[in-house]
Amino acid sequence: MTPEQTILAAVATPLLGALAIVATGRISENLREGVTFLTASILIFWVWSLLPDLLSGARPGLVLTEVLPGIEIAFSVEPLGMLFAALASGLWLVNSLYSVGYMRANGEHHQTRYYTFFAISLMATMGIAFAGNLFTLFLFYEILTLSTYPLVSHKGDADTVRSARVYLGLLLATSIGLFLPAIIWTYAAAGTGDFTPGGVLEGAVGGVWVLLLLGLYVFGIGKAAVMPVHRWLPAAMVAPTPVSALLHAVAVVKAGVFSVVKIVVYIFGVDFLFELPGSVWLTWAAATTIILASVMALRQTNLKRLLAYSTVSQLSYVVMATAVLKPLAEIGAAIHMAAHALGKITLFFAAGALYTAAKITEVRDLAGMGQRMPWTMAAFTIGALSMIGVPPTGGFVSKWYILAGAFQAESYAAIATVILSTVLNAAYFLPLVWMAWFAESQPRYEGVREAPLPMVIALTFTGLATLAFFFFNAPVIELERQLLGDAS
Amino acid sequence: MSVLAHLPALVVIAPLLTSPLVLLLKPRGLAWLAALVASLASFAIAIALTTSVLEGTTPGYEMGGWPAPYGIGLTIDALSAIVLLVVTGASSFALLAGRASIDSQIAPARQPYFYAAWLLAVAGFLGIAVSADAFNIFVFMEISSLACYVLIAGGPDRRALPAVFKYLIIGTVAATFYLIGVGLIYMMTGTLALADMESRIEAVADQSPILVAAGFITIGLALKAAVFPLHVWLPNAYTHAPHIVTVFLAACATKVAIYVLLRFDFFVFQQNLIGHELQFSFFLLPLAVLAVLIASGAALAESNLKRLLAYSSIAQIGYILLGASLVSVEGLTAGIVHLFNHALAKGALFLAVAGLALGASGLDLEDLRGIARKRPWTMAAFVAASLSLIGMPGTAGFISKWYLITAAIEQGPLGMVLVTVIVVSSLMALAYIWRVVEPAYFQSSETSSSAGEPAASTRGGAISWLAAVTWIAVAANFYFGLQPALPLSLAANAAGLLLGHMP
Amino acid sequence: MEILGYFNYWVFAIVLMIGLYAVIARGNLIKKLLGLSIFQSAVFLMYITMDKVEGGTAPIIQPGAVDQLYSNPLPQVLILTAIVVGVSTTALGLAIVVRIREAYGSIEEADILEEDIYDPEDQKEDPIP
Repeated sequence: MTPEQTILAAVATPLLGALAIVATGRISENLREGVTFLTASILIFWVWSLLPDLLSGARPGLVLTEVLPGIEIAFSVEPLGMLFAALASGLWLVNSLYSVGYMRANGEHHQTRYYTFFAISLMATMGIAFAGNLFTLFLFYEILTLSTYPLVSHKGDADTVRSARVYLGLLLATSIGLFLPAIIWTYAAAGTGDFTPGGVLEGAVGGVWVLLLLGLYVFGIGKAAVMPVHRWLPAAMVAPTPVSALLHAVAVVKAGVFSVVKIVVYIFGVDFLFELPGSVWLTWAAATTIILASVMALRQTNLKRLLAYSTVSQLSYVVMATAVLKPLAEIGAAIHMAAHALGKITLFFAAGALYTAAKITEVRDLAGMGQRMPWTMAAFTIGALSMIGVPPTGGFVSKWYILAGAFQAESYAAIATVILSTVLNAAYFLPLVWMAWFAESQPRYEGVREAPLPMVIALTFTGLATLAFFFFNAPVIELERQLLGDAS
Repeated sequence: MSVLAHLPALVVIAPLLTSPLVLLLKPRGLAWLAALVASLASFAIAIALTTSVLEGTTPGYEMGGWPAPYGIGLTIDALSAIVLLVVTGASSFALLAGRASIDSQIAPARQPYFYAAWLLAVAGFLGIAVSADAFNIFVFMEISSLACYVLIAGGPDRRALPAVFKYLIIGTVAATFYLIGVGLIYMMTGTLALADMESRIEAVADQSPILVAAGFITIGLALKAAVFPLHVWLPNAYTHAPHIVTVFLAACATKVAIYVLLRFDFFVFQQNLIGHELQFSFFLLPLAVLAVLIASGAALAESNLKRLLAYSSIAQIGYILLGASLVSVEGLTAGIVHLFNHALAKGALFLAVAGLALGASGLDLEDLRGIARKRPWTMAAFVAASLSLIGMPGTAGFISKWYLITAAIEQGPLGMVLVTVIVVSSLMALAYIWRVVEPAYFQSSETSSSAGEPAASTRGGAISWLAAVTWIAVAANFYFGLQPALPLSLAANAAGLLLGHMP
Repeated sequence: MEILGYFNYWVFAIVLMIGLYAVIARGNLIKKLLGLSIFQSAVFLMYITMDKVEGGTAPIIQPGAVDQLYSNPLPQVLILTAIVVGVSTTALGLAIVVRIREAYGSIEEADILEEDIYDPEDQKEDPIP
């Protein structure tokens, strides 16, 4: 297969998988889950088989169809998208394993619907990762919003529906209200929305309009959760935990920051924005989000909501790193997407395992769980350390690059934010870890054991991956250095 | 002359002549079949005509072989072609899908009359689209209007009667206004053919009667097109009409009036009256903006599904006029494409509503709680079609929104205000659709028994058929969202034509 | 002289307004329809007026007559059509009024509005009339 066919196959595979899931769902649960695993495996094969081409400097792409004159559904692969796709597809397989354990152990209803929309979400994620222009990106961005709604509202009771309404309303309102006008503006001004190294807007839009356009993009991409459009993320926590884990720690939120990075690098152009003094507002907006979200995380008593606010804060690391507008920081942004994905999915897996094994949802009930569920809490600890950025975890690597980039740009605001937020991260994660291992266990959790085996395997795997990322990150950095080569 | 040359006349004559025949077909189902066949025949002819328009020709016809100033001329350009497609397509889809719904709302003995009126309405709309003669347009307009009154009043809902009476009064006043305008122009130019009016008005010394005529015609047609605030007849008429009639009317009735409005204003007045383009914009632009905002707001507050969608139609008419009132190629293209795309979206939505009505005790939003469990496919079609109404990418509605925003951006600072209006109203559309979707999926009906379930066992097939046709209409929304070449090339062509008549 | 010269047009405008007033101001549906007929008649008058050519005769070709001055026949033909349309509209309107009377027991607009507001039971659709 040519790389172009592989791209199409990568986007089409989850969709075909979804159809197969619907078809087999009525026959047998095992068959249905088998189809999910098979689809995920095939997807991984397609995505990873693109890697050699990319490392050799090729940028495969194709135009699927031309919708309007000059506006096409087109795909192209570049380092950032490659990383995103590789992460999402790889973690989907792990997450499917986890899902099987979680959904069965908790006796969830409508499981066929669940796996179907999960597969469709992954299709949309692949489409975003490989989008060759703004229109394609927007198309799959909206599909992702709509296809995750049934997953968020899965439980179907009044509270869930209310939260899911916030989720859908905020994401759609920002995308229709700000993102779409920004895209149309870009096409009208630059005549193209193709992702082009160096950007397309230089000379097409001038002065203060650039800042307005940047604002439309950053706040229009609600999935990036820059305050004040972050509220959908805590709301999305009503979903079953595997959904929170893959979609609201990896696919959906990363789709948001991925879009921001991609638009800054390939539509605005890093150098173009750097020349513009006003663009520093983005650094400030992101820094504010990082600090405020961390403070809010401090005050949460519900474990998943705490993790959600932590995600909001971590996402803005990526946005802030991008806004520093220096090559090292852009690499840091890309790596942080990967490092945070591995760490946060581990944390959510652990949270889901706690819920499944002992129905624990509140932070205070973590006390003493280290003895009862050692694997789970060990993974949790690794994830928490990665969030703080302690070596030897993945979080350290990305923070290193972000700080290096900030020094390069002499952006002291960014440096101060990273330091302050590290302190705050430690302030809300370390007590949990301490409590889990050293506090007295509550008697009512007597006899609680580890969650079902598939879940433990999944969370152990991602926990180890978080550690491994510290030692074996060379290929990723090599790949993302090409982003720098692209950008400058 | 080959048959092909007669197509411009045949497209109207097929339904017009079938109409009295249908009256004679008493046995059940035959009347429906005949109406469907006539409608499909017109649809096929419309497609053939569109193809030849796309090839660059302008099919014309002289009734009775009399050339234009003496006889009545028919011409078909890109603008009429798109209207022909919308009307015949809507009629065919509605008839194809609607047998079950019509059977449930109209007694068998009255069905032949119903189908006869239906075909008359179709013939009237088509006649308007192909006529190149102002008075002929009036006659066809009244044929279609009278038939529509009958159709709307044909249902079991008695509230349709006052609604239709109101529509009749307003419709007649509107048509009479139009007639006065045409009379004044005839007085000054001595011609009824649009092409001749266009060339002769310039020579008229005293322009005041022409200005008065322009006012009468614009107001008259705006009434027929339900331009805000002349829309009062529309919500009740759509709400209480039989469901399938609503499908048909929502897709094309107001569109045809807008078509005449555009044709008259751009062909006849625009180039001849000083500063007319500004007057046109000053008149329509504020109304369009108000329509978009206020009607969407009204839809937000509405508790009946059909009335909610009717208000949404008024807002969408605002979009079409917004595009047209920019008086630019992009704006007109956007407006005309939206004429097509909105017909697709609203037609599909009302088809879904017809399907839902067969399973619910009523169409108030409260009655629709939990309907998704009873009619999963129909409700899914409703959701999919509303994506097009909101303007999600990949649907037909997105294409018109894209063009509309592009056209607005080109207008500079005013354009930014218009972009805001469009965006805000899209969000309102999202909100009012959501008011339907959420109860349908997440609330359970209080009457858990099969209240209002009309003998599901016998009608199961018919209901699935209705859902299937609805899905075909939904699929068309997606198809034209990804391959919009056909409506776009027609619309761009039509926009060029309209603006080609500018000085 | 100017004003008198346009006598017919003045009448047209006045009759038009009388008709429109009746349509708007009257609550009785029959009276509304009467108003509508008056409204339409005014337009007929306008068309008939405009075709009159001073000193013209009826447009019938007489043997032997050359360069005969006759009134324009076209508006008359047009208005014949319009009258037919008007008659059908009135007929349909009256038919609807009859059915309204059957359904509501009144032909006063106010009564009908009241019925639909205060009688929610009646609002539910009958299965088949």
